[in-house]
Amino acid sequence: MSVFNQSRSRVVQIIFLLIFGVILIQLINLQIFSSKYKLAAENNAIYRKIIYPDRGIIFDRKKKAMLENTISYDLVVTPIESRGTDTLALCTLLNIDTVEYKRRMREIIFKYTAVKPSVFEGLLTQELYAKLYENMYKFPGFNLTDRSVRTYPFNTGAQVLGYIAEVDTSFLRRHKEEGYEMGDYAGMNGLERTYEKVLMGERGIKRFIRDNKSRIQGSYENGMFDTSAVAGRNLYTSVDVEVQQLAEKLLANKIGSAVAINPKTGGIIAMVSSPNYNPNDLTGSARRKNLGRMLLDTARPMFNRAIKGQYPPGSTFKPLGAVIALDEGLITPNYGYPCYGSYSNCGVVVKCEHKNAGHAASLRLALANSCNSYFSQVFRMAIDNPEYHNSTLGYLKWKEYMNKFGMGTTLDVDLPSENKASVPDTAVYNKAYGRNRWNSCTILTLGIGQDKMTATPMQLANMMCIIANKGYYYTPHFVDSIEHEQKDDTTYLAKYRKKHSVIHTSDTVFRAVHEGMHDVTVYGTASAIKIPGVEYCAKTGTAQNPHGKNHSLFVCFAPKDNPKIAVAVIVENAGFGATWAGPIGAFIMEKYLNDTIAADRLSEVERISKADLIPDAIKNWYVKKENQRQAKLILEAEAAKAELNAEAKQNISDEEDNSEKLPLGTEKNKEQLEMILPENKITKPLLPQNKKDSSKKKNTNTTTALFIDENKKWLAKKSKA
Amino acid sequence: MSTRNSFVSKGVDWTIVTLYAILVVIGILCIFMVEYRTGTNWLQLFLGGKTNYSKQLIFAGACTLIATFILLADSKLFTAFANLTYVFGILLMLATFVIGKDIKGSRSWIALGGGFNLQPAELCKIFTALALAKYMSMQNLDFTKKRSQLIAVGIVLLPAVLARLQHETGLALVYLSFFIAMYREGLPAEILVIGISFGALVVATLTVDPNTLAIALTLIAAILIYILRRQIKRNSRLLMIIVATWAICVGIQRFAVPYIFNNVFECYQSQRIYSAVGKDYDCSQNKHNKSEIAAGAKASFKPDDYNVRQSKIAIGSGGFKGRGFLKGTQTRGKYVPEQHTDFIFTSLGEAFGFVGCATFLLIYLFLLFRIVNIAERQRSTFSRVYAYSVASILFFHITVNVCMTIGLFPIIGIALPLISYGGSSLLTFTILIFILLRLDADRQMVLR
Repeated sequence: MSVFNQSRSRVVQIIFLLIFGVILIQLINLQIFSSKYKLAAENNAIYRKIIYPDRGIIFDRKKKAMLENTISYDLVVTPIESRGTDTLALCTLLNIDTVEYKRRMREIIFKYTAVKPSVFEGLLTQELYAKLYENMYKFPGFNLTDRSVRTYPFNTGAQVLGYIAEVDTSFLRRHKEEGYEMGDYAGMNGLERTYEKVLMGERGIKRFIRDNKSRIQGSYENGMFDTSAVAGRNLYTSVDVEVQQLAEKLLANKIGSAVAINPKTGGIIAMVSSPNYNPNDLTGSARRKNLGRMLLDTARPMFNRAIKGQYPPGSTFKPLGAVIALDEGLITPNYGYPCYGSYSNCGVVVKCEHKNAGHAASLRLALANSCNSYFSQVFRMAIDNPEYHNSTLGYLKWKEYMNKFGMGTTLDVDLPSENKASVPDTAVYNKAYGRNRWNSCTILTLGIGQDKMTATPMQLANMMCIIANKGYYYTPHFVDSIEHEQKDDTTYLAKYRKKHSVIHTSDTVFRAVHEGMHDVTVYGTASAIKIPGVEYCAKTGTAQNPHGKNHSLFVCFAPKDNPKIAVAVIVENAGFGATWAGPIGAFIMEKYLNDTIAADRLSEVERISKADLIPDAIKNWYVKKENQRQAKLILEAEAAKAELNAEAKQNISDEEDNSEKLPLGTEKNKEQLEMILPENKITKPLLPQNKKDSSKKKNTNTTTALFIDENKKWLAKKSKA
Repeated sequence: MSTRNSFVSKGVDWTIVTLYAILVVIGILCIFMVEYRTGTNWLQLFLGGKTNYSKQLIFAGACTLIATFILLADSKLFTAFANLTYVFGILLMLATFVIGKDIKGSRSWIALGGGFNLQPAELCKIFTALALAKYMSMQNLDFTKKRSQLIAVGIVLLPAVLARLQHETGLALVYLSFFIAMYREGLPAEILVIGISFGALVVATLTVDPNTLAIALTLIAAILIYILRRQIKRNSRLLMIIVATWAICVGIQRFAVPYIFNNVFECYQSQRIYSAVGKDYDCSQNKHNKSEIAAGAKASFKPDDYNVRQSKIAIGSGGFKGRGFLKGTQTRGKYVPEQHTDFIFTSLGEAFGFVGCATFLLIYLFLLFRIVNIAERQRSTFSRVYAYSVASILFFHITVNVCMTIGLFPIIGIALPLISYGGSSLLTFTILIFILLRLDADRQMVLR
């Protein structure tokens, strides 16, 4: 053909070249300049399986395990493979209905997709596991997988040990960098939280190749990048399990707290906050139910009063007041004050228990007799110390002493969320009375441990340690050592191994205080409380408080000459320090020092343990709760009956009879409810914390009301059908 | 034997045969990569003949046999039967409307029994190439005439329309590639230019905001008028042409394209085209979709850009040197749908990276150039037109398929020649290429 067309062959070739050029440019763009595709491919194909190590174990001072790991089983389902499952049989075994089964399935598919195995029912009981295991062949797509959970062989130290729980979204947000994932378990409170990193160990990661349906195809790069799991390390604590158990027993049926510290090391021997709970309640299948119940409980069993409860120290503060005055050089051990039954130098009258002359002729005598006048006077001397010109500066100096003794500051124990309690700042008084318009008289009762001063039981125990040690302490702590201690651990534990010297007063000063406190146990307020074969020092306290009856307090250390244990006990609203707190403290010391309780004293232990000192307000709350629960149960029973009736109605032809019966049943219900509910409204909150509960109460009332409504509606539907 | 061998091989272009063989082997290896699973005894499976790669090998064997037959045949046979086969092909395509079998939503297959299916639209490519060549090589044909051009276009478009009616959009588009062959024979360049401009305008409509595009078009028109103002003074028709072109362009951009997308295309097609340029198509505007909803039918499943995304991830993750043979996670995890057929290029891209892809494309380019060279050395028009047709079909297939996998073109089912798994596809291209080789061996002859 023509030459003209020959040139078109070139054009065609150029078109070919151009298009191939475009393709090559896009390939360069995709393969060389975009890094995101490589990442996307890895996200697609690499499945990281986490291998969980065993958590570390926490031992007491005699190497007894306070908690251990056991295997628990989860029922796991892969929804896409679960077709053909005998749903009815499974529901009967798990004791759920098919509606609940479908709801859970939907939730799993929505949350974790249909192709991934996800937990259908967690933490099965032994019995249920056995039943399911036998019937597993009926449930394709379902599997039983094991998981390590905590058990507590001694059923003790729940608040101290804390608990582990599945991490939630807010936890994940707070611990972004620590590699937690949805479904992981982490320590949520107590030592489990503080030493989470030690106990957790290192999780191993295995990488697998997966396909487009998330099925595992094999290991990635023959396991080149896999890491193996490293087991969590054990903690060795200073806790004595037996002492802890005894202390918990003694504080049963009471609201209060006890802390025992070894003054030589600062190691905490026992720490109890009552009411308590069984730590095993927070592991098994009933975990969620129990946790919910405890969080709503008005007596707050989850609240560790030993480090968070704030109590006015009352007379137990007196030895410290004396030590401060002695160190400032304001008094000598021989200083005496003529008390005749009250202190009235400030206009207001502070009463004293003793009237006989000379009961406060020296520091020793004043301590033994717990003379209010004497310590009010000593406190005033500290505040009005001429060295500091005015009372504000005098108070600041006094406060500085207090802080040194660990009062009004956090001691930094190895438990989370410790409260610093309160030694008020000058600003507090400036606000209350006006700047420079308050003096030692206005705040007089601080001197006998009242006013705005509060302390936690642990602070009081620590104060005892300082007095027992004659001027120094170690920060109270639980963990003495960590298995295979590493550099990080050593730096963390360093603060618990450092001696804090508070004051350097002469030995004689402390001897006077010791003798005074010893006299308390000989002929003073605690004279009735003895420890067989041990001389000890103590101070009782009966603290006035805004929540009703006086708190019963007791601080002590023993033996007198070589203190090995210092204890602080508080029993809320229990009256005199010597009646309840005193014996409890004594038994704790006896158990620790003698390793056993004398046989003739065991009945006394039982008596104290059984004594019910829970305030009425809290008891009323429980009664109320129980009533509500009963009301709900009646409603549910009626609903179940109505359902049965409705079913029967479908079977039996005479419809009229039954349809009349159904609404009648609900009417009955309502009456029953009304009979129960008004009772609940009568009890008025006595404690301030009860206010919250009463509002909660209202909510539950409304929900039960709703329940009735729904029930009616539901019945209406049923009867229509 | 030896005499026959020398007779068969005489004049055959061994370069193309070698390239053909290389491509088929690469194809089987690619399919092997897709099918391979660690821990399986691949040799046993291979010999068992149950896997796709062993099936493809069997197909390749069959194709070798057929290629030999074609080489043994007489060149005159092809010219003689060109028209007849074309008519036969068209009849087959029409027959599918009656006895067709539904495979993956398109009624374009005829069941042959024994599990084999025939797609007439695929075979018709060969027949159309032959018929076009036959028509163009008619002794008294003057291709400069509009009438003969129209007839040629008709020959090409008839099977295209039939394929479209069978919902085989991809195959229908392939027939457009014959325009390249016709261009070489003297079809006015304007058609090609207008065609390409139209394509560019459609793409621009999809990607650029309509108002911006309208303003840009108006500006271009205004600048043209300003530059050509002298000529326009002399010749007012020029102004008319410019204004008319501008009006048509804006009309297409404003009304025609949205109309086509909303009323002509099915919802999923519009979505695919939009997703290829990285945009979302709102299905509620689609007429088909609306009528479906009105009819109370189940709302159509919304296909997202999963295919393109996974395909791009596979190719992109290959990087410069690739992840190595059988090491690609996208391929092993079956993340790319239809990877052994339409998306076979992704396995290559992932395993061998840019280097592999570029080399592979160069092999194709070499093949295309070789065919063009062969076309130009033919004495007979029949052979030349046929050769150009083969080159065009191959070029179109390669371009559309590769562009589809790298996200430059909407997804339509078009196979990668000689690589994709599939007996009929391999057979078609084998026949196309070996008829060309037969004709080329007799290039000294003048065939009509």
